[in-house]
Amino acid sequence: MFGLDKKDASLLLIVAVLVAFAPFFLNPFPEGSAMAQFNAGYPDLMQRFVIFGIFAIGFNILFGLTGYLSFGHAAFLGVGSYAAVWMFKLLSMNVVPAIVLAVITAGVFALIIGYVSLRRSGIYFSILTLAFAQMSFALAYSVLTPITGGETGLQLALDDPRIFGAATTAEGNIPVPGFFGLEMRDSTELVFGNWVFTFNVGYYFAAIIMLISFYLSIRIFRSPFGMMLRAIKSNQQRLNYTGLNPRPYTLAAFVISGMYAGLAGGLMASMDPLAGAERMFWTASGEVVLMTILGGVGTLIGPVLGAGLIKYMENIISKINSDILHSWFAFLPDGLEDVVVTLIYPFIGKGWHLTLGIVFMLVVIFLPGGLVQGGQKIAALFGRKKAKEPKNATTEPAE
Amino acid sequence: MSKGNLTRRGVLKTGAVAGAGLALPTYLSAAGHEGFTNAPTGSTVTLGFNVPQSGPYADEGADELRAYELAVEHLNGEGDGGMLNTFSSKALDGTGILGKKVEYVTGDTQTKSDAARASAKSMIEKDGAVMITGGSSSGVAVAVQALCQEAGVIFMAGLTHSNDTTGKDKRANGFRHFFNSYMSGAALAPVLAANYGTDRKAYHLTADYNWGYTTEEAVKSSTEAMGWETVGTVLTPLTQTDFSSYITPVLQSDADVLVLNHYGGNMVNSLTNAVQFGLRDRIVNGKQFEIVVPLYSRLMAKGAGANVKGIFGSTNWHWSLQDEGSKAFVQSFGTKYGFPPSQAAHTCYVQALLYADAVQRAGSFAPCAVVEALEGFEFDGMGNGPTLYRAEDHQCFKDVLVVKGKENPSSEFDLLEIVEVTPVDQVTYAPDHPQFAGGALGTCNNGA
Repeated sequence: MFGLDKKDASLLLIVAVLVAFAPFFLNPFPEGSAMAQFNAGYPDLMQRFVIFGIFAIGFNILFGLTGYLSFGHAAFLGVGSYAAVWMFKLLSMNVVPAIVLAVITAGVFALIIGYVSLRRSGIYFSILTLAFAQMSFALAYSVLTPITGGETGLQLALDDPRIFGAATTAEGNIPVPGFFGLEMRDSTELVFGNWVFTFNVGYYFAAIIMLISFYLSIRIFRSPFGMMLRAIKSNQQRLNYTGLNPRPYTLAAFVISGMYAGLAGGLMASMDPLAGAERMFWTASGEVVLMTILGGVGTLIGPVLGAGLIKYMENIISKINSDILHSWFAFLPDGLEDVVVTLIYPFIGKGWHLTLGIVFMLVVIFLPGGLVQGGQKIAALFGRKKAKEPKNATTEPAE
Repeated sequence: MSKGNLTRRGVLKTGAVAGAGLALPTYLSAAGHEGFTNAPTGSTVTLGFNVPQSGPYADEGADELRAYELAVEHLNGEGDGGMLNTFSSKALDGTGILGKKVEYVTGDTQTKSDAARASAKSMIEKDGAVMITGGSSSGVAVAVQALCQEAGVIFMAGLTHSNDTTGKDKRANGFRHFFNSYMSGAALAPVLAANYGTDRKAYHLTADYNWGYTTEEAVKSSTEAMGWETVGTVLTPLTQTDFSSYITPVLQSDADVLVLNHYGGNMVNSLTNAVQFGLRDRIVNGKQFEIVVPLYSRLMAKGAGANVKGIFGSTNWHWSLQDEGSKAFVQSFGTKYGFPPSQAAHTCYVQALLYADAVQRAGSFAPCAVVEALEGFEFDGMGNGPTLYRAEDHQCFKDVLVVKGKENPSSEFDLLEIVEVTPVDQVTYAPDHPQFAGGALGTCNNGA
């Protein structure tokens, strides 16, 4: 269907089902239980899962297919966010123009940076993109403060023009972003005994866009264009000798991937109308590289899994504090409890980076193909049929 | 083809049908709607403490968290009660807030607006926090304040000194107890004039972000008002660690005062560089060269070591204050943790208590009721003398301390000495003062 072969179609179908029922998968523990700490089914985090999924899918089109490692992709995400917030300030609180402008701006930006950076390859390309991203960050942080809001970030205000919409709500507050009246932060809750499942408009909006992006990425992977990008990755010199100029292809891949980042940025601003400069900082660029490698470079589903894992750790592990640890191990004798808590403490709370680092090292050493390879290995252990592989891999993000 | 349509429809179905049809009745009953976000239903109420646990302000964040834990103890009637005994409002009785036991969740702002908002959002959406407090940077405070306004919970700002927090970025659901750049300038200027004279030439080094800008503006306008001349202002990147290249031009100018609009590690490095370059031994225009640091904190003084001796600055509160409130707080903090609290700890502790008290007096956790109870609230016994929470901009007005690096510190905590307690009248400004212009409070938001 949709011009996909059977395997890809079933992958898309699985992702769609997972995304649609994520509020259930991500809230497996009843409210009030000790394990409720690990529930990830609240709107903000679910939105982040799919938005960073889009970001990583886009990054993978460049890195996974052409092998060009961009170390400045966060700049496009940031530019997209700023563009979207400006649309909210000037035009209206409808997310459609905001997202459209975010994608276009990021695309233009990527075209300029890509045109310069793609004259080099390998480490020089990485450093060039890193330099451009850091430059954008520095500009946004201080020099361009009137446009970007500087350190505080670009925010909505009551006196923004918003020419096609109300500048303020009836109660005198700043209106919230919506899709033709459907507010992004509206949620309904489904209660089964102690289980609470939250269905959020913004999440499903972002999820639908994510599915479309995922579909497009499959099409790109399977197209002749995708084939050409793979040829560039395997041996660019050979391609030159056959009389083909690879640069238009790499530039196209770079711009597409930049537009994906812009889309993610626009969506982020739509869910939460604020754009901060740190979004463009080099660590943010590094994060998307981590996501892609963690999930599996060059695989379709890998980057989405990687994005989910990193965002889960950032938001869930980092919120466990020593009091919570003590309550978990309260059943142990006093002395032993303290020892166990002391041992675990460096890995939780502010130490979540440490845990992430360890997970990353383990993945890179033992599963060079990322989580997807892990899924394949598990599938090989249990199943006889190879066709089941992606299915196993896709169950990972639900944790 | 049809299969594909089904899945997409499936997505929509889950959102629309399951949501609207099935969940709405249960949703209404489950939240026990009292008409505001996260209305506490059980026997407990959850507060969200959102502080920097990593990044440049992690020290302040750790101290803030200690203060919050102490405040929760006192609110729940454990410990010695601290400032509850000296607080002028006696609504709180140590049985939690409105009889509900106080519980809390913590998060890491990383001193980044995005991370801080993500953390605050998870507190609101996942943990059901009815109030968010904390933060150690103005950028974060402004970002989280805007979020709380949208979500319909109360935000009690922690350490944030920029004018914007209660200036152009003020929000109806946000409150600040800490002082601001304008107050620093207004309090410092007379002391500087008395000590250094009124015909000085000042050179500013300013951290290149919002707080730096507002502080520079505040100090510049207050000192110029009493006759000083500003010969140069230079912006330095926030990530700068070596300020040598910025100090050299100061030597070449004819300035005789250097104002360092830096905070945290920035200030420690720039001050150390300035002293190493021998600025303080220079004589310019026949006058001794001086250095001024508008915003001081004990943690910074500790970092800069002997270099802070004799250098003027301003601070919100200092543990050596001798009023009853300060003594009670230092006492219970010291007993629990073994060292005196910082000004960040103080402002956070006070904010937690003020919120609890406002809820108690209002008889409701509803943000609009709390806003009403806090607006124009006058109180005493919290370490800063009589204090007013001004209704127009939700800023606290109280005395400001001008401090000086101590020449002969008696311990590692005894680094600053109080030079003057600037009375509140001298630092009060009109709500529409140019440095605070733009922006509007809006109306309070109860959320869902």
